Amino acid sequence: MSVRVHIPTPLRPNAGGQAIVEVDANTVGESLARLVEIHPAMGGKLFENGNLRRFVNIYVNDEDIRYLENLETQTKKDDEIAIIPAVAGG
Amino acid sequence: MDHWGNAVAESFVKGMKCRVCGKSYPVSPNNFCTDDFGPLEMDYDYESIREAISRSKIEMRTWNMWRYREFLPLDHEPTVGLHSGGTPLIKATRLGKALGFDDLYLKNDAVNFPTLSFKDRVVAVALSKAKEFGLKTVGCASTGNLANSVAANAAAAGLESYIFVPADLEKAKILGTSIFGAKVYGVHGTYDEVNRLCTQVAFKFGWGFVNINLRPFYAEGSKSMGFEIAEQLGWQTPDQVVSPMAGGALIGKVHKAFQEAYKCGLLNQVPKTRFYGAQATGCNPITDAVKTNRDQHKPVKKPNTICKSLAIGDPADGFFAAKLIRDSGGWGEDVSDEEIREGMIELAEYEGVFAETAGGTTVAVARNLLQQGKLSPHGKTVLLITGNGLKTQEAIMNNIEPPTHIAATLDAFEAVHVQNQEFPSLVKNTNKGNLLGV
Repeated sequence: MSVRVHIPTPLRPNAGGQAIVEVDANTVGESLARLVEIHPAMGGKLFENGNLRRFVNIYVNDEDIRYLENLETQTKKDDEIAIIPAVAGG
Repeated sequence: MDHWGNAVAESFVKGMKCRVCGKSYPVSPNNFCTDDFGPLEMDYDYESIREAISRSKIEMRTWNMWRYREFLPLDHEPTVGLHSGGTPLIKATRLGKALGFDDLYLKNDAVNFPTLSFKDRVVAVALSKAKEFGLKTVGCASTGNLANSVAANAAAAGLESYIFVPADLEKAKILGTSIFGAKVYGVHGTYDEVNRLCTQVAFKFGWGFVNINLRPFYAEGSKSMGFEIAEQLGWQTPDQVVSPMAGGALIGKVHKAFQEAYKCGLLNQVPKTRFYGAQATGCNPITDAVKTNRDQHKPVKKPNTICKSLAIGDPADGFFAAKLIRDSGGWGEDVSDEEIREGMIELAEYEGVFAETAGGTTVAVARNLLQQGKLSPHGKTVLLITGNGLKTQEAIMNNIEPPTHIAATLDAFEAVHVQNQEFPSLVKNTNKGNLLGV
């Protein structure tokens, strides 16, 4: 299933300058893995020892994946996945 | 000469640095490391600050937050929020006695200028910096106090402002934002959803969001609360500080201020302050992390408390606040809405300070941690009072005794007065009885 991964502006140089990368995947984890296959520079930004980094949040259709099934969260066609830095607000 | 005739200081900022990996960045409107998403923090030349300032130099300056301007991240003199800070440190003898503290103080930012909360400090720095960057439009995600301050300061500075708040916020906080001509968006959702939306808006529109892309500058403003406390105690740091926690940045910045003051020669003794964090039980991600000894807080999806100003379920500085509390030998606790109301009333009845719900939370947590033996009754203890009770009247309205209505005659007054004199405890108990729900 094709989902759209939104790349935050400061990280776009690591994703060929693109704002949105379309990938085929059934879960959030797969979507990010596909993204890293296409744009390997994104790998070290998002993951550390195979885990999502502490200060990055991932949303599926504006819902935080920590309130869903984390990286196991199922995705369906045309879902929007957003990568958002966590160090904001307060 | 600056606005007040003080000698103009130079900038001591070297750049910005990631708090996780230490990577350096040039000064720009950006809040996170592009290698690991870690928060960026200001990097100062402390050696030069040490040479440039002294207690006596600071003491000659006007009594507001800018007397510590060498520690604040501007390249030029401030242009926004020139009268913020400089709030009272109150020796709270009566409240101290009631709670059981020997030497209790209140740092009262409920009377900060211009919008009656500690947020006036952070906004003064953020918007002064926004003007240095040449930004014309600013904004924030807010639980209310920040909204008030950004709107007021932006209005005075001639900046356009976009303010995003949860739609169910206290009326006074919405009104106190809209009055300044800000564009206010009541978002259907929690603060964390508002915050996520604002991050997306900031990326797309390139505006200066004070607590997003201007956050490294903004957060530094809170240090002025710490410098003031140290100076007001005669250039000493307190033994214990109890701080309310929402995003969790304030507690860390007060700690940082004490460390910087020592590093730059303003204090004789190494600060050994223990830091205690206060939250509402209906939104307690940081105190929960402390109590369960977890590194990373568990986010709270749907905060449920009258203390809306602290209702951040996924605090940006949660990790750092929990670590500081543990490392300093302090502790964290959260309290119920009833305890928060009781804390507000105690603060008002014993010290004449009408604080908002966050102040009630701080007082109630101080009481609770003293009873648990986590806070010591001895030594200097400072409670951080961060906002004004006039903004959160809904929270307390039903717990306050309504005025006695009488005819405009001396007889009518005397009849009621005699009754009250004979049964004074009745009046008092009614009040507390309502409060405790019995």
